[in-house]
Amino acid sequence: MKNKIAKYLIQLGDNCLILGQRLGELCGHGPALEIDIALTNISLDLLGQTRAYFQYAAEMSDDFDNEDQIAFLRKSSDYRNCHLTELPNTDFAHTIIRQFLFDQYHQLLLTDLMNSNDEKLKAIATKSIKEVNYHLRFSKDWVIRLGDGTETSKVKMQEALNTVWRYTEELLRPSELDIEMEGLGIGTNPDQLKEEYFEKVKSVLQFATLEIPENKFFGKGGKEGVHTEHFGYILSDLQYMQRTYPNQQW
Amino acid sequence: MVNTTQKAEIDKIYKILETIPDPEIPVINVLELGIVRDVDFADGQYVITITPTYSGCPAMEMIEVNIKAGLQENGIDNFTVKTTLTPAWTTDWITDEAKVKLKEYGIAPPVEKTSDTSWILNEEKTVPCPQCDSTNTKLLSQFGSTACKALYKCNDCLEPFDYFKCH
Ligand SMILES: [Zn+2]
Repeated sequence: MKNKIAKYLIQLGDNCLILGQRLGELCGHGPALEIDIALTNISLDLLGQTRAYFQYAAEMSDDFDNEDQIAFLRKSSDYRNCHLTELPNTDFAHTIIRQFLFDQYHQLLLTDLMNSNDEKLKAIATKSIKEVNYHLRFSKDWVIRLGDGTETSKVKMQEALNTVWRYTEELLRPSELDIEMEGLGIGTNPDQLKEEYFEKVKSVLQFATLEIPENKFFGKGGKEGVHTEHFGYILSDLQYMQRTYPNQQW
Repeated sequence: MVNTTQKAEIDKIYKILETIPDPEIPVINVLELGIVRDVDFADGQYVITITPTYSGCPAMEMIEVNIKAGLQENGIDNFTVKTTLTPAWTTDWITDEAKVKLKEYGIAPPVEKTSDTSWILNEEKTVPCPQCDSTNTKLLSQFGSTACKALYKCNDCLEPFDYFKCH
């Protein structure tokens, strides 16, 4: 049982880790100084949350002794993040649309996890949501500002939305582990967040005068360890130091 | 239960903690910032419980190292530093004295209690300039030079300034 909980914590932490890593790539490359700082601040929050999940997971796991092993020494198919978090930054439109679509999910998820009967998970969620509220406010503001902005910004935002939209459903698609953890009162079945998620997201997108794409196909597989073509490149960056100098410490 | 010797030692530890500054904002100490949650004696040693401000705050490890060094320099070796996430840190714990010090240092202190959630509805708060007290200020970025700060600009004295955001 403890090992199952560890796996669930890793699944939760992986979204934060991979999106945090993606945002970290923008350090020194943001479109403006303030945005550069904001995106790296968000990255830092997400990596801090990842550490909380992984430190707790390491206590519970049969397979790992410490947080670094979990973060850096797994193979691609052992990561459980959703595809949305591994999408490339492309441009600011894609980065901020991806962020908004994730932040809204993240806020609903943590709100639910704040009721977990696992005290430590509850504490992580209660801590993290304060940070995620700021993330959501930031990404939402920019979606509205640029969607309902100039002709050019609107076109770019619509293109980004059309690209990223197909990755939204996966966030709300429960894994077997989600269902099991929800049954135990520990975790959340994200399917229960779906209605509220799309309602909230669509209302912001409409306010931003963007058109909601009508996708028939949605990606999936991240929670089962099947990743997009982008993922190997992230791992090679993420894992380089630990693979080259095993067990190195700062 | 702690006996009188232990009680005196705990008081001494608090006195030492007062001398340990936040690494990012050296004018306030770790007690004023609300990072130290408790000092107690349990299982044969003193236990200093701290809580992180933000999950990813890189200053936390520095703070722990500084606390340990501070205690050891003062001849206290029989202790452990424990980190807790509950209750989650909040700017409501920053003392009034510390808020004055923040302002004097050039950082606008949090203007609201966390129980006020109007900011979620995108309501802008008036944050007075720490240099000239003007309320004619503008939010430049919700994220500033460290996790705990936002960046503002004063429209009167034209200085940019950090705001210790409500959390
Ligand atoms: Zn001023």
